[in-house]
Amino acid sequence: MQNFATEFNAAMALILNGDAELWAIVLLSLKVSLFAVLISALIGMPLGAALAVARFPGRRVLIVLMNALMGLPPVVVGLLVYLMLSRSGPLGVLELLYTPTAMIIAQVVLVTPIIAALTRQVIEMLAEEYSEQLRSLGVSRLSSVPVLLWDARLALVTALLAGFGRAIAEVGAVIIVGGNINHVTRVMTTTIALETSKGNLALALALGAILIGIAVAVTAMVSTLSLRAEQEGLRHA
Amino acid sequence: MRDLVSDMASCLSVGGVRITRKGKALLDVPSLNLDGPGSTLILGPNGAGKSLLLRCLHGLIVPDRGQVMQDGVPLNAERKARQGMVFQQPVLLRRSVAANLDFVLKRQGLPRSERKTRIQNLLTEGGLDGKARQSARSLSGGEAQRLAILRALALNPETLFLDEPTSALDPSATQMIERMVQRASSRGVRIVMVTHDIGQARRLAADIVMMQGGRVVEHGAAQQVLDAPESDAARRYLAGGLVT
Repeated sequence: MQNFATEFNAAMALILNGDAELWAIVLLSLKVSLFAVLISALIGMPLGAALAVARFPGRRVLIVLMNALMGLPPVVVGLLVYLMLSRSGPLGVLELLYTPTAMIIAQVVLVTPIIAALTRQVIEMLAEEYSEQLRSLGVSRLSSVPVLLWDARLALVTALLAGFGRAIAEVGAVIIVGGNINHVTRVMTTTIALETSKGNLALALALGAILIGIAVAVTAMVSTLSLRAEQEGLRHA
Repeated sequence: MRDLVSDMASCLSVGGVRITRKGKALLDVPSLNLDGPGSTLILGPNGAGKSLLLRCLHGLIVPDRGQVMQDGVPLNAERKARQGMVFQQPVLLRRSVAANLDFVLKRQGLPRSERKTRIQNLLTEGGLDGKARQSARSLSGGEAQRLAILRALALNPETLFLDEPTSALDPSATQMIERMVQRASSRGVRIVMVTHDIGQARRLAADIVMMQGGRVVEHGAAQQVLDAPESDAARRYLAGGLVT
C-alpha cells in the first residue's frame, strides 16, 4: 500500500513538475488522435449524411455494414493496416509502418464508422422532420445535406467527441502499426502498457491519470451537448 | 406588381386527381378550380383529405392519377417556387429567428443589405421585432407559426397554402395569424387554407371547399356554402353534427 502511495506521489510530481518525457507522450497522443478524428470527420460526416438522405438499392445493407464496423476489434484493424503498410504489402513503398502516420491510419479506420454511423442516425432523424418544409422551400435532396449538417451541429460535435474518445483510448491497433518506439510512436496507452510491464508505475500512473482526465472531460462534454441537442428537439415538439 | 398579379388571378385547377393506398381512395377529385382573388378555405372532418389536397396543390405529393395545373399548365418547378406553404406544426430551422428568414432570402440571391432590410420589414410585419437574434426554437407556439408564415411570405409567393395554422393556438394568437393572412390576401397573395374552424372560414373565406371521404362535396362562395349548403355532408358539418 505504501509502495502504491509512493508511486502515486511520484506520478503526481511528474505531472505537476511538467516532466518533458511525459508531456511529449501526451502531446503526441493528442496530435495523432485529433488528426485521426479530423480525417474521419471529413470522410464519415458526408458519408453518413449521404446515407441518411439518399435512396438507392442496397442502402439498408450499407447501413447495417457501417453499424457493424463500429465494433471492429482494434487488434484486427492493427493487423490489417500492418499488412497493408508492411514492406511486402500494397502500400509498403510508402514506408509508413512504425510512424505516427500509420497510427493515424489505424485510428481513422476505427473511428470513421463511428462518426459515419452516428452522423447517419442524427441526419436521418432531422431529415425526416425537415423533409416537407425543405421541399416546400425548393431545397433539393442534395442541397439539403449542408442545411442538415449545420442544423445538427450540436449532435455532430457529440459524434466527433465519441470518435475522439475511442481514438485516444485505443491501444491494440496503434501498438501493432506504431511499434511503441520511444520519442517516435509512443503514446499514452502504449506507454502505460509498456511501463507497467517494466514496473515503472509512476509514469504509467501519471499517464493513466491524464487519460482518465481526458476521458472524463470528453464524456462530460458529450453529455452536456447531448442534453442541449435533446432540449432543442423537445422544445420543438 | 402584386396588384397586377392579383388582377391576373392565377388559377389553380385539379383534373382527375386520385390517390389510392391499399385499394382505398384517399383523395378523389375529378375537377376543382380555384380561381379569382381572395381566400379559399378547405373545410371538412378529420380524414376528409384536406391536407392531402393541399399537398397535391403544392406539388409535395404527386397523385397516382390526374394532375394539378396552374394557369392552364401543369405545375412545374418554376411555378412551385412561387408558392409558399405553412404546416400545422411549424418546422423551424435550428437557428435564430432572423436566420430562418435569411435562409429563404439568401436562396433568392439577394445582397446582404437588401436581405437585412427585408428581414427587418418581415419581423415588423409579424410582430417579432426584437426577437431577431433569439433561437427560433424558443418561440411560443403563436410566434413560431408567425415566423413560419413570414418565411413563406419571404418567397414572394403567388399562392400561400396554410394547413390548419391556428389549430393549436389561443384566440389572441389566432387573431394575429388571421390578420397576417388578411394582409397577405389584400396584397394579392392567393390564400388556400385548411381549417376546422367554421368561424374562421366565415371571417376569411371568399370561397369554401367542403370535403368528406377524400371527395369535394361542395365548392362555392363562402356565404352560399355557409348559409345555404347544398350537400347533406356540408349541412351536417356546419350544424355541428359528427361527420366522419
